[in-house]
Amino acid sequence: MLNYFQRLGASTLSVLERLGRASIFFANILLSIPSVLIRPRLLFSQMYSVGVLSFSLIVISGLFVGMVLALQGFYTLSDFGAEGMLGVMVAASLVRELGPVVAALLFAGRAGSALTAEIGLMKATEQLSGMEMMAVDPVARIVAPRFLAGLISMPILATIFSAVGIMGGYFIGVGLLGIDEGGYWSQMQAKIDFNIDIINGLIKSVVFGWVVTWIAVFEGHDAIPTSDGVSRATTRTVVHSAFAILALDFILTALMFGDI
Amino acid sequence: MNELIEDSILIKVRDVHFSRGSKLIFDGVDMDIQRGKVTAIMGPSGTGKTTLLKIIGGQLRPSQGSVEVDGSNIHAIRHKELYQLRKKMGMLFQSGALLTDITVFDNVAFPLREHTNLPESMIRSLVLMKLQAVGLRGAFNLMPSELSGGMARRVALARAISLDPMMIMYDEPFTGQDPISMGVLVQLIRLLNDALSLTSIVVSHDVRETCAIADFVYLVSDGKVVGSGTPEELAESDSEWAQQFLLGMPDGPVPFHYSAKPYVQDLIEH
Amino acid sequence: MYVSRSIEIIVGLFVAIGFLAMFFLTMQVSNLSGFNKETGYDIKAGFENIGSLKVMAPVSIAGVKIGRVTGIDFDSESFEAIVTMSIDSKFNELPSDSSASILTAGLLGEQYIGLEAGGEEEFLVEGSKLELTQSALVLEQIIGQFLFSKDGAD
Repeated sequence: MLNYFQRLGASTLSVLERLGRASIFFANILLSIPSVLIRPRLLFSQMYSVGVLSFSLIVISGLFVGMVLALQGFYTLSDFGAEGMLGVMVAASLVRELGPVVAALLFAGRAGSALTAEIGLMKATEQLSGMEMMAVDPVARIVAPRFLAGLISMPILATIFSAVGIMGGYFIGVGLLGIDEGGYWSQMQAKIDFNIDIINGLIKSVVFGWVVTWIAVFEGHDAIPTSDGVSRATTRTVVHSAFAILALDFILTALMFGDI
Repeated sequence: MNELIEDSILIKVRDVHFSRGSKLIFDGVDMDIQRGKVTAIMGPSGTGKTTLLKIIGGQLRPSQGSVEVDGSNIHAIRHKELYQLRKKMGMLFQSGALLTDITVFDNVAFPLREHTNLPESMIRSLVLMKLQAVGLRGAFNLMPSELSGGMARRVALARAISLDPMMIMYDEPFTGQDPISMGVLVQLIRLLNDALSLTSIVVSHDVRETCAIADFVYLVSDGKVVGSGTPEELAESDSEWAQQFLLGMPDGPVPFHYSAKPYVQDLIEH
Repeated sequence: MYVSRSIEIIVGLFVAIGFLAMFFLTMQVSNLSGFNKETGYDIKAGFENIGSLKVMAPVSIAGVKIGRVTGIDFDSESFEAIVTMSIDSKFNELPSDSSASILTAGLLGEQYIGLEAGGEEEFLVEGSKLELTQSALVLEQIIGQFLFSKDGAD
């Protein structure tokens, strides 16, 4: 029995220790951000590998999610004779929830895991250590540009996801199921509020971008420098990111839309 | 007189203790690294020689004791000063630690670009000079993955000297090299040390190669310095330990067997 | 430093597409696309009870949407709800004695304001107040009235 409590205590302590280390690491990243802004070229190359390379995945997924939403929504709404609301349903689901959440989950799988693996391997091959000995701070040179690139790319990707999804819903709803084109857009415009829906969706995606990139760079930097350690860290990035995204989504939704 | 002697010592390691987890790695190590000399630190694998270099470079912090590099205590100075000091310290990692996503040229240029505002044409000249010094000017356009292990170490050496440091630390420079590249590296370490009036620290367990170029040798085992002196002095010393290590005898003060309970007892127990 | 020009261009394109998507969401999807304040004029109307009318609810005449509710206030002297509506400046020839009623779209739909044209020669302008209004139907009151009148008849 005592043994059980001992183990519980030990694992609690180790979780707290990791959280503390991650927070200190995050503070270090924040301190290094000015040095990245002085040299935006570092940021551009990371925007390419973090953002641009996730682009096609986001566009294709967004298109299909929008199409499926329109198809499913149509069958449900037509029971109530409310097919005209299809545009609203597609747009509200995408802008409020699916855009930020699904794009962030995809982003964690595509870019987050790559970030962890890259930084973890740089650590395993002593590249980070080597930089330190060349008096180059790896947090400022390697980690901070990647963090900032993720933070900027995530809302862009989520916005693209929502926009493409709404167009996918348009192809299915208007093109295939024969809903009135004007109705699709005008109902949407009547119901989707810029401040409530679009801005809040954007805030969500910024928060998700922050948490996913934070987890990814931390796991990479904290990885045990062996091939096994890096692979475990990569897995942890995807799993922890997914948990964090869904939990934060619940909290943010409750805060943003709870009282409406 | 006293001051003169003090000044000729670049690095002073005093009573350094270090442990990783519950394992004690250093148990009071004292060393003096002379300016302008090649100092070798030798000892069996797993005695934390690399750890010692990382302590000297300020990447690891000893639990007790101090390391003084060029007059400043490396674990007490501020982060910024530490980075200033590191610009004067080169380190050659066992793997070379080249940045894998950029070419040989960019690797050697990396510290220059990070720390200076030199025009690109001057960086180019400097990089080619450093690469020429290690004999790899022709390889400037290759990626690190296209280099052999020995070449990667030479590129790393060119990178380590690109900022004209006052000292270079070599971590196991000879491990896993064929005789030719080993010979090249041995010669390079000595030549660079004298030509650039560097101070070199070579961590190694390759006795013959290291003794050929070292001015002074420290033998480390079980977290302590167990012998020191010039290679000749050590070879003539009657320390059992030094004899075992230098001559490569399988059994001696460092036992052949990992510590265990008596053999017979272990066998009859089951 | 190690970034080629083409990568910079691609990243620039990526960010531009992001802005384009944001522009699309703003203009084509959300209510910012509708009526801008600059192009419309404001009129007011007092109601005894506005039910569940909300800001941004549509204002229509003969079923055509011509504006939006931009403000809801309470007048503590007349104890009326004062609703401000912004009407698109295209529709600037509405008679000044038009009446406003709060209607419900469908059985369970949202509430909106329906205008009914009057016969005056003068038109509604910025700041006009509609005199004839009909409040929202509040279900509980209707049921209450129905029960009361039934009691009276007996």
